[in-house]
Amino acid sequence: MTKILAVDDSASMRQMITFTLKSAGFDVVEACDGVEGVNQARQHKCDLVLSDVNMPNMDGIAMTKELRTLPDYKYTPILMLTTESGLDKKTEGKNAGATGWIVKPFKPDQLLNTIKKVLG
Amino acid sequence: MSIELSQFFQVFFEESFEGLDVMESGLMSLDPANVDNEMINSIFRAAHSIKGGSATFGFASVAEFTHVLETLLDEVRSETRGMSPDMVDLFLQSVDCLRELLEGLQAEVPVDGARADGLRQKFEAILDIPAGAVVSGAVEVEPVAIGWQINMVGGEDILRTGNEPIRMFTQLSEMGELTITTDFSRLPAFSALTIENCYLSWQLTLMADNVTRADVDEVFEWVVDECEITIEPIMDESLPVATGQVEAAEAVQEIAPAAAVASAAPTGVAAPQTQKKAEPGSIRVDIDKIDTLINMVGELVITQSMLGQIGADFTFDKVSKLQEGLQDLERNVQVLHESVMQVRMLPISFTFNRFPRMVRDLSRQLNKKIDLVVKGEQTELDKTVMEKIGDPLVHLLRNSLDHGIETPAERVKAGKPETGVVSLNAFHQGGNIIIEINDDGAGLPKEKILAKARKNGIIGPDVGLSDEQINDLIFQPGFSTAEVVSDVSGRGVGMDVVRRNIQELGGHVSVKSAEGVGSTFSISLPLTLAILDGQLVRVGNQVYIFPLVSIVESLSVDMKQVSTVAGACDLLRLRDEYIPIIPLYEAFGIEPDSRNLEKSLIVVVESENTKVGLVVDELQAQQQVVIKSLETNYQSVQGISGATILGDGTVSLILDIGGIVTIGQTVAPMQIKAA
Repeated sequence: MTKILAVDDSASMRQMITFTLKSAGFDVVEACDGVEGVNQARQHKCDLVLSDVNMPNMDGIAMTKELRTLPDYKYTPILMLTTESGLDKKTEGKNAGATGWIVKPFKPDQLLNTIKKVLG
Repeated sequence: MSIELSQFFQVFFEESFEGLDVMESGLMSLDPANVDNEMINSIFRAAHSIKGGSATFGFASVAEFTHVLETLLDEVRSETRGMSPDMVDLFLQSVDCLRELLEGLQAEVPVDGARADGLRQKFEAILDIPAGAVVSGAVEVEPVAIGWQINMVGGEDILRTGNEPIRMFTQLSEMGELTITTDFSRLPAFSALTIENCYLSWQLTLMADNVTRADVDEVFEWVVDECEITIEPIMDESLPVATGQVEAAEAVQEIAPAAAVASAAPTGVAAPQTQKKAEPGSIRVDIDKIDTLINMVGELVITQSMLGQIGADFTFDKVSKLQEGLQDLERNVQVLHESVMQVRMLPISFTFNRFPRMVRDLSRQLNKKIDLVVKGEQTELDKTVMEKIGDPLVHLLRNSLDHGIETPAERVKAGKPETGVVSLNAFHQGGNIIIEINDDGAGLPKEKILAKARKNGIIGPDVGLSDEQINDLIFQPGFSTAEVVSDVSGRGVGMDVVRRNIQELGGHVSVKSAEGVGSTFSISLPLTLAILDGQLVRVGNQVYIFPLVSIVESLSVDMKQVSTVAGACDLLRLRDEYIPIIPLYEAFGIEPDSRNLEKSLIVVVESENTKVGLVVDELQAQQQVVIKSLETNYQSVQGISGATILGDGTVSLILDIGGIVTIGQTVAPMQIKAA
């Protein structure tokens, strides 16, 4: 089963993302910040990573950089969950190695459509 | 697929309120002149999360309001703007406003948006955004195209960001008829080839008459900066002739199955999970506590299997092993008991957290300079006790600020520093938690209290009282020393209510004070409401439990001190007061060992400053008992607060002293003060 790592410090966002993805038949692993995200990524071989940008301990940008150094995550799609106001974050995220982004707020359907795009 | 977003609201509200607390305490500790980076970051993050969540879950009012707040915070964070005390005030007001908005949404009641609008205008004034500015996206009228000609020169690094061109082509192929020509000209010699790089370019022709430019842009959205991409509309029937169209057609064929798989995969949908909605009375438990519990249950299982083995073929030479096992069991159960209790425990900071803000606001209002010192905020307390202790604490704290701490001028005159200190301290003592509220203010004015008590008839004109007794008078019903009822404390609700509320929790409150030096209010609370320190007493063949905290003393009776009142109950003269005697055997209709008072014992109990003497046959052990509710299993009974199971398996009733005192008062309507 396709496994997705969802990283967000907001419990309600995590809950919404996880529920949406599980309903669509994906396997989901959660993390509440970048540090936990890297740990989870090491333990589970995930096919896609969704990550918030602004998080305590380690933000989404730093986590993406870290993940790209892991052999298993060299080419894995990593999508940043950013807000409209964070346009410069998109570039920063790309420079760190992120595949793309999903703009918050998004509806469950939009999330699934975008995921379909990268999991092709 | 449609997903009901409302199932996530509960968690969203919980985390948003937590976020607001983080913002509030962060703002309170922020020094506007020297903004701490980590602090402003966590404030920003909290606002950012609330904005993101509220937008996602459709709470536009909150999202819009948080947006301006966040924008200003972001400017402070990135140091393009300094922080000022006025801005801190504005942020704090916004936190209140957001809390109000969220509470309204949670309770599903409409909230007046005027406050939010007012604050938003202030933010917009700071941010220099013209009021009512609406960001409007100009609607471009797009010529209708029947297809798109796309040239894409792959950026060398795109594979390293996980952008696989074939995925984009698959996406395009789902929109219409796609032909692809691949340009290999940039491919280096084999020896110079780096497999992680992309060297290819493509010409793509997409024939579709209902695909807009935006649709095509979206496909390349993530790689538009790294790749050279040109997108041209195809306007007429004459197709541009692409070279190598045959190869391209093959490429499409190769892609097609992949596309089929892609579209098939997500439709293999698992049945939507029904998620249990979080109960409003939910509690967040530290994962370590749960782990401890699981660990203990594991130990218990081991002990149980060990005992099972001993029991399976028991011989008397195994008695010592059996005893060992039982000791283990006892220890395990005790630890398990403690760990389960721990689950309901929250750090008292949950209650304390709102006080710094309150002290800040009140001291401004009162024109006093007051520092609040909080200690022991990690001390843990039962959730129910925590919820109920909030109001009495607020009252005591307000009292200290209003009546305790003097104005700066008065303090300087008295030789004290201008700034008063109120400290809040929580700690464990024995099986209780103690909360102390200390101020270095004026202390309780003893003469004033005495005069007032005499005036109100609380004490007789000539009664001499110790300092401690005088201080205690402030907890008497109808007592208030404030000459003018101020906005801050004292509006009908007196210290007697505080005491009553604390007593309802099984605790008590006392005060120590020295005039000119300050006062300390001390609240003692049981760690939990589920367990009670009880005194076992026997009446006839029944064993009852008295809450230990209500017992004043126990004595055997000297008949000379008992007076009989015609038509009412007997009165016991205890030092300087008469207290009604209630024989429990009469109240509960059971047969005692003896109806002769001299052969019985009297236990003097107190509730709300009223004492009664209860006649019992025997005092037994003191022990902790677990309270089981009577209402849930039977119905409420006057004079009984619950039941418990004793060590020998018998059920014992726990006395509700307040109820018993009421029974006593109906037979002896008032306590008579001895002359």
